[in-house]
Parts: sequence; structure tokens; C-alpha cells
Amino acid sequence: MYSLILATASRYLLLLLLIFSVFLLLRGHNEPGGGFTGGLVGASAYALYFIANGIGEARRVLRFDPQAVVASGLLLAALSTLPSLVAGEPFMTAIWIDTGIPLIGKVGTPLLFDFGVYLLVLGMTLSIVFTLAGEEVRP
Amino acid sequence: MLSLLATGFLASALAPVLYRRFRENFGWIAVIFPLFMFAGFLWNYPRVASGEVIRESMLWVPSLGVNLSFLLDGLSLTFAMIITLVGAAVFLFAGAYMKGYADAGRFYLYIGVFMTSMLGLVLSDNMLLMFVFWELTGISSFLLIGFNHQKAQSRRSALQALLVTGGGGLALLAGILLLYQVTGSFEISSFYDMNAVVTAHPLYPLIVILLLCGAFTKSAQFPFHFWLPNAMEAPTPVSAYLHSATMVKAGIYLIARMNHEIGGTAIWQDTVLVTGAATMLLSGLLAFRQTDLKKLLAYSTLSVLGTLVMLLGIGSQLAIKAFFIYLIAHSLYKGTLFLVAGTLDHATGTRDVTKLGGLGRLMPVTAATAALASLSMMGVIPLVGFIGKETVYKAILELEPWGMILISAAVLSNAFVVMVTLLVGFRPFWGKLLPTPKNPHESPLKMLIGPGVLAALGLLFGLFPDVFISSMLDQSAASILSETLSLKIVLWHGFNLVLLLSFVTLFLGGALYLVRSRVSARMEGLSLPGWIKPSVWYEAGLQGMLSVARRQTALVQNGYLRNYIIVIIATASLFAIYTLSRAAEGLVLVSGSSITFYEAALAFIIVVSTLLLVTSESRLKSVVSLGVLGFSIGIIFVIYGAPDVALTTFAIETLNVVLFVLVLYRLPRFVKLSSTSNRVRDAMIALGVGGFMTMMVLVATSFDLSSELKDFFASASLPDGKGRNVVNVILVDFRAIDTLGEITVLAVAAMGVAALMKLKPDRRS
Repeated sequence: MYSLILATASRYLLLLLLIFSVFLLLRGHNEPGGGFTGGLVGASAYALYFIANGIGEARRVLRFDPQAVVASGLLLAALSTLPSLVAGEPFMTAIWIDTGIPLIGKVGTPLLFDFGVYLLVLGMTLSIVFTLAGEEVRP
Repeated sequence: MLSLLATGFLASALAPVLYRRFRENFGWIAVIFPLFMFAGFLWNYPRVASGEVIRESMLWVPSLGVNLSFLLDGLSLTFAMIITLVGAAVFLFAGAYMKGYADAGRFYLYIGVFMTSMLGLVLSDNMLLMFVFWELTGISSFLLIGFNHQKAQSRRSALQALLVTGGGGLALLAGILLLYQVTGSFEISSFYDMNAVVTAHPLYPLIVILLLCGAFTKSAQFPFHFWLPNAMEAPTPVSAYLHSATMVKAGIYLIARMNHEIGGTAIWQDTVLVTGAATMLLSGLLAFRQTDLKKLLAYSTLSVLGTLVMLLGIGSQLAIKAFFIYLIAHSLYKGTLFLVAGTLDHATGTRDVTKLGGLGRLMPVTAATAALASLSMMGVIPLVGFIGKETVYKAILELEPWGMILISAAVLSNAFVVMVTLLVGFRPFWGKLLPTPKNPHESPLKMLIGPGVLAALGLLFGLFPDVFISSMLDQSAASILSETLSLKIVLWHGFNLVLLLSFVTLFLGGALYLVRSRVSARMEGLSLPGWIKPSVWYEAGLQGMLSVARRQTALVQNGYLRNYIIVIIATASLFAIYTLSRAAEGLVLVSGSSITFYEAALAFIIVVSTLLLVTSESRLKSVVSLGVLGFSIGIIFVIYGAPDVALTTFAIETLNVVLFVLVLYRLPRFVKLSSTSNRVRDAMIALGVGGFMTMMVLVATSFDLSSELKDFFASASLPDGKGRNVVNVILVDFRAIDTLGEITVLAVAAMGVAALMKLKPDRRS
């Protein structure tokens, strides 16, 4: 069932929801939120877009294979543990750099790690949604 | 040393890529790597020989006592030089030998990983680090034995080697952990002064048994010897490298390394001595009827391994000296002969000694190399094998009161080795030329250099033992015995009993060779009862385990999702109820006066939607009720101040409804299939789980749960974690390794879902 209103709205909602999901991810360190929630919200953004526009369109908008998103999320999370080794600290010690830029402030490996979680949850949810939605993942 | 090993693993990873690029000449490139390492160890040789012990340490997991610490002393340097030198010969040889294989690039990856882990094993100063490398050598050996993975026999042999050595590895790990209980450290060098403490401890016998189990399986000692001859399924360079020169000596290295820390007691010395002697004698006898070149060599390797273990068991100064000379001599000549066997196989297409003959004229260089190595293996003057055998005999003769019995066993076993040598090293090259599957020809240069150099070194070491071995010997012995030796090595001892024994051995070996074909024809009808062979026990054990697994799988995992869920939650709640019921005495019900209107309303909604969920005949209605249920629970989280959990719950519930709707598309019309009794059973289980959860909440709330953790996380979150949201800081910083584990599971689950959906694409259309 195609609804013109939903299809049109979903285009703007997708962007808004994605911004919101990144917002959740970034503020997670100090306020409720975080990579897991952010990833779920991001996934629902695409799920909404898929409901309104169909699976092919949703895949096109996502650009990447959801499995690749899962893999890159896991890779990013794993890579974020490496700086601690280079710095000679015990494995997975958080490393923080104070950028001094207003609004961004301190940047650290936990943020990278959380971003990995975000990507992984997003990719994993979407890979399930897209697979169930009926198209082959890849021939 | 850490950087050396890291380079090793990196280079191995690059090998398949480089192989694709260079193909023909890859052997020449690959050999640079072990040669480079060898040069590095050679450079350290003077320092170590002068008595210095080189240490290097980096913290890895200091809280667990696991550190990247390395130790280069006489013992590890000797092994490291053997590993890299034989490695160089084998890498070059493989360049020509593996040409016909499609996956030769992968071969270099495996064997590179093996060499690096083997180096790591002998260089590690930390027991757990050593164990990691120990297992890595086992895994790479598995991959290499099963390299011809299309052959069922290869796969079976690979699995057998993995299970036997892996099982021993588990015993070793247990032994290491027990040793840690006693000493409080994993660092090998810190055990040096603790011999008295360890040997007096009540756990000591158990530690000895467990460590020796690891060592004996790895070094194929009786009764675990059977995997080694089967491992000959591997390509020949692998047999030459892993299963004669290096990996099978890992167990021996372990015994040598631990000797001065936990040895010196009757139980240690006697077990090692008896096992070694039994292996030595038995494998000689078993070699008698073999006709396959590689199998013959494998049994003679077993015999040598047994001898080496026996020497460690004797443990006298002379025995340790013999141990080192024999170790070096064996690596040189056995590596050569294995490679020669590979050359013969490559050139003629058969490895059956009865089908080979007269090849000396066609392959003169190979024949000369083989002869040189064979003379060393038989212990003929002036090769290093001669010194080795003389010293072994001398060490055994010293032993009272068993010396005479052991010496006859040693002479007999060595006679069998001489017989094997005659069969492998001479017979194919002499006599009449026999027809073979392929037309024999001299091999390419790449296959000649490695064995040639190893065989020549055997001669040099024999002629000039002072230059090559002596300076190293003191330091190596110091690592094992904690005392330095003042024993000279000389080639010629004069005419004495030992020399006489050497001659007896040679004559006996020659005689065995001559009567061999007649006796083995006589023995054709004879066969030993099956239960006597340890390999039969192994098979029975494996089959038994598999059939138990099959039965258990059929019972617990029968393919019906509902049964899985029943099994999982029923097991979990039964065990938990048992524990909870014991804690239930102090149960205090919190009084209900504080229930607000919102809470009552939410509880009502939850109950109603649950009832609707389980009674509804429409799937859509059930899904919606489930959504309502989830959101209500989310609101409860909001009320009780857990916004993070609430947020996540809302997001998940939303997506859940979407997912369910997607699934609904694919399901057939709703029909009631389960019988009433099933539904009653399910209801009972559901109520039971509900009751258990209620009980858990009651127990959890009626005890004072003020733990230090809560305060710690709350106070450390901002200064250490740089975040005010404690939950998130715990997730991504304090407990990040748990999260990493969880998201890995998620990623695997995502792959699983995709794979499940792809499984039957035709059914969906």
C-alpha cells in the first residue's frame, strides 16, 4: 500500500530521525542515550522509510549492505581498543584528547567505541528487517 | 623479540598475496625470512654463549599475571636456531615441491604462522604466553596435516593430531594454573628458586602428571605416539619441519625447561625416564614392518624423541650433554632425510621403498646428500650423529642399577634406526633401476640446497664440535640443570666399550636389514589383538563421544523452536528457584501503601494485554498487545528513573512490532495445532517462570544491596570516565570488554539470521 503523504513525510522524517539518533549517540555520555539506543532509533528511521517507500528504495537510500555496516561497526569498536596498547596502558584503557573546540570538547576512544556499537546495532537491525522484507540479501 | 614475532605473523599474512605475485620464484623470497631471523639469533649467540640471559618484558594483562615476557638463554637459543635454520631449508624446498598445489600461497601462510608460534613457544618466559603459542602450533599443525583436505585420510589424521595434542594442551593448561596456585606467578624465570617449595607441595604430583601429559602428547610419547605416523599425510616439507625437527620437540622443550624448576624428584625423573625408554624401544619395533619412506622416518623420529625424553629422565650432566648433541644432530639429519624422501616422491611418484632402486646414477646430488645424512643418523664417524650416539650410550652406562637393561634397549632401538636408514638413505639409490610411476630426474636447485646444507652441517659439527656446539652447551645445560657443565665434546674417545657398542649397533642394524623382508613375510599372517593399540582406544573414545553428542542433540535440539525455549527457561528457572528458595528465609514484603494511581493503571494495562496476547486468535492482535505490554513496561522504567532503559525499550518495542508485521506476511493462516494437554503444560511452565521472576524481584528488594560498586561507579564516572551518564560510561568504558563481547554476538546473530533466510530461497517465492 503506497501512501503519498507518508512517502513524502518519510523523506524528511528519515533525515530528522537520523539526526536525532546521532544526537542520542553523542549525548549518551552525559545524558540518557548512547550508541545502542541511537542505533535502534537510526534503524527505525530506515524502517519507516522502508514501510513508506518499499524495500528497494530503502536499500538504495542506505547505500551500504547492512552486513557491511555490521562488520564496520564491529571493526570500529575493536579498533578503538588499540590506542590503549600503543600508549602502553592496559588493554582498553580509555584515551581522551581535549580538542579545546567549543561544543565538541573532549574526544576519546569510548566515543569511537560507542559509534561502533551504533553502526553495529543499526546494521544488525536493518539486516534483519531487510532480509525479512523479502528481497535476497545478495544473489 | 616481541617485534620479531609480530613481524613473523605479519609476513605470514602477506605470504599468500606475495605468492600470487611471484609464484615461480617465491621460494627464494620466502627463504629470506627464516634466514633473517636465523642471522638475528646468530648475532646474539656470543652474548648468550658468554653466559648472559637476555630478557624482554612488556605488560599485557598484568592483573592476571599474563605478560609478553621473553627469555633468550642457551636452551631457547638452541631451539630458536634449529627452528629458523631448518625453516630456511624447508621454505626453499617447498618453493619447488609445492608448485603443483593450487593453494600453495595458503601453505606459506600456515607454515609461516607455525614457525613464528614455535619461536614464540621457545622464547616465552610466561607460562600462559607459552601456552598460547603452544596451541597456535597445534592449530597450524592441524591445518598443515589436513592440507590435502580433499582426502578423507588427511582430514582424519589432522583431526586426530589436533585432538590428541589439544587434549594434552588442556592438561598442560590445568598444570600451569595449578603451578600458579603454588608459586603465585606465571613467569618461568621466577620459579628458579622455588624447586623446594613446589616439590614439597601436596599438589605437586598432580602438577607433574598434568604437565607431562601435555609434553607427552605433543612429543608423541607412548601411549600417545600414534598420531605422529598418521600425520605423515601432510606434504613432505611439513613432515620434515613440524613432525620431526620442531613441533614434536616442543614437549621435550617443556620437560627440559621445567626440569630445574619442578624436577629432581623420583616421580618426575622416573616417569620421564620410563616413558622415554618405552617409546624408544617400541617405535623401533613398530618401524620393522613399514615400507613407506615417510612412515619409516616417522617411527625412527619417535625412537629419537623417546631417547631424548629418556635422557632428560636420567638427568645427569652427561645425559644433558648427550641430550643437546643428539637434539642438534637429529634435527640436521632427519630434516635432510625427510626432504630427500620428498624429493624421491616428487621425482618418482612413489614412496614405497620396495619399488625404488638404482636412482643414484640419475640423481647423484640427492644420493650424496642422503648418504651423508644417513651416515650421521646411523652414527658413523666422523659425523655429528656419531658423537651424539656415543654420548647417549655413555650417559646410559653411568646409570645404576638399570644401566645394563637400558643400554640393551638403546642398542636394539638404534639398530632399528640403522635399518630404517639403510632402507631410506641407501636402498633407493643402489642396485638395479626399478620402474616408477614417473620418470626420475635430478631435482631443481631449490630442492637440493636445503637438504645439502643441513647434511653438510652435520659433517662440520662432527669434525669441529668445539667450534659449533661446545660454547653453547654450557649455557644450555645451565638452563636445565642450574649448574654449568665442564664437559668437553670430542669426536674420538679411543677404543672403549662405547665404541664397541656403536659397532654392535651397526652390525645388528645391518643384520636386521638383511633378514627384514623374510621375517616380515613370515609375520604377514600374524596380527596383534586390537585392544593393545592405543589408537584403537582413541577411536573408541572418539566414536563414543560422537554418539553421546548425537543422542544428546536429538534430545535437546530436535529442531522445534518451542522445545528449545522450554529447555532453556525451564533449566534456568529450576536451578535459580533452588538457590532462591534457600535465600528466601529473610524475605520481607515491602508494604503496598506507596502504590500510586499510575502504577495501578499500568499494572492493569499490562495484565489485560498479557491475557489478550495469549488468548487472541488473531496474530495481529497478539502483536499489538505485545507492543502495548512493552511500552507499559517502558513507562514503568520512566517512572522509576531509568531513562536509558526506557529509551531502549521504546526503540526495541517499535522495531519489534515492525519485525513481527514483516514475519506475519510470511506465515500461513492461524490454526490451533497444539493439543490441550500441551497448552496446559506450556501454561504451567509460563506460570513457573513468572513465579520465579516474581520471587527473584522479592528477594532482590528485601535485601540491602548497597555494594561498593554502586558508589565506585557513581563517583568515578565523571573524573575517570569523563561522562555524567553512569550507565553509558559503564557500557563503553568501565565494562567495555563485556560490551565488545555482546556486540560480537550481535554481529554473529545478524549473520545467522541472514543465512537462515537465504537457506531455502525457493520456498519463499
